[in-house]
Amino acid sequence: MLRRHVGIVHQNCQFLDHLSLMDNVTLPMRVASAPTSEQDVADLMAWVGLTKRAKALPPELSGGERQRAALARAVVMSPEIIIADEPTGNIDWEMSQKLLQLLVELNKMGKTVMIATHDLALIRAAKSQVSARVLRISDRRVVQAGADL
Amino acid sequence: MKSLILTKLKPLTSLASGDPHSDVVVPPTGYTAYLTIGCAAAMAFLAVFVLALSVTSARLADRWSTQLAQSSTLRVSAPAGQVENQVAAALQVLNTTSGISSARALSDAEQRALLSPWFGADIALDGLPIPRLIEIQETGEGFDAQGLRLRLSGEAPGAVLDDHGRWRKPLIRAAGRLRLVAVVSVLLIAATTAAMITLAANAALSANAQVIQVLRLVGATDGFVAGAFVRRFTQRTFIGAVVGALLGLVGVVLLPSGDDTGFLTGLGFQGWQWLWPFVLPFAGAIVAYLATKAAAMRVLQEQT
Repeated sequence: MLRRHVGIVHQNCQFLDHLSLMDNVTLPMRVASAPTSEQDVADLMAWVGLTKRAKALPPELSGGERQRAALARAVVMSPEIIIADEPTGNIDWEMSQKLLQLLVELNKMGKTVMIATHDLALIRAAKSQVSARVLRISDRRVVQAGADL
Repeated sequence: MKSLILTKLKPLTSLASGDPHSDVVVPPTGYTAYLTIGCAAAMAFLAVFVLALSVTSARLADRWSTQLAQSSTLRVSAPAGQVENQVAAALQVLNTTSGISSARALSDAEQRALLSPWFGADIALDGLPIPRLIEIQETGEGFDAQGLRLRLSGEAPGAVLDDHGRWRKPLIRAAGRLRLVAVVSVLLIAATTAAMITLAANAALSANAQVIQVLRLVGATDGFVAGAFVRRFTQRTFIGAVVGALLGLVGVVLLPSGDDTGFLTGLGFQGWQWLWPFVLPFAGAIVAYLATKAAAMRVLQEQT
């Protein structure tokens, strides 16, 4: 039940390959038997820039498209918390910036966004846009809270 | 009250109608679906014949134990000049024995009819040293066979009482064992179906490990994931069992029929017993439901 209130984006995001991108994005709603608003879903797809790829199957998507689709899937149920685990690990810098922009927008909408990353440039970019708190974790321990980069 | 009943029945109705939310999340599985349906059909087909065997053996055992239990035969073998006297003496004894409702000597025509399967219809009994037979009908209480034998040994020494128990009891015992074998066979078929469904469900769950991972990621409970697999296997088994049961019924109908007292020619259903095969698809579906659910929950537990 916790996962229905937390949206998760993984580095290696996985999808159901036999379902279209649209169906994958709305999968959390299907699982929760929640009513689906076609307009809301269309808006969400437009927000992540995947409107034209709505009917594509996951194996047909690029790395960046997969990450954005994973983000759309993570937020489709309007969770309060979004956890992104190395969300930019498999995509180029330009796409990383696009994804970060989406996460920043979510944060500005009042959502709590947690990003786990090794990418210091990404952290700097995030801090430049929002008041982000940085925790440095080493060997499973927080070694520095509120660290400067 | 009505809504409570509907809530209770929801798992069953969704089992039959399918759940549009969870059914699509499991990818279609081409040939394994046909294998499951085929296996279920084969099992149901076999089960129909086992059921036919079971009800037939029960019917025969019942007939042998009720009909023949009420009758006995007295065989009188004596030198030619004494046969009629001993038959008359034996009848006298029988008619004064409590527990015997009637006793009569078979006519030559009846004895000829009994022997005709072996010697032909035009057999001349006069030339053969054939014993005279007396048919005895018992009352409900029956008679004291031991006491009757003692009395007959004095009045008609050539008379031998056959209360049919010598061959009737082994037949009844055999029919009972046959029925037991049939019941065990039905249980084995159910167990084999369960094993087959479990293996197929395990394979499907293992093959869809990534699907399960994704579903859990988006908040699916184990019940939701298991439900998708359980519904699929239950429906396939039901469809297969319907096909198998119908084919089995056709097979039973096409069995050569004849005198119902024969075992092989009497093999089949009578009256309401024809409904038994229609129970099989539902029984198969229940077995599949339980087997798949157990397998799914176990695999999901292991994958946690």
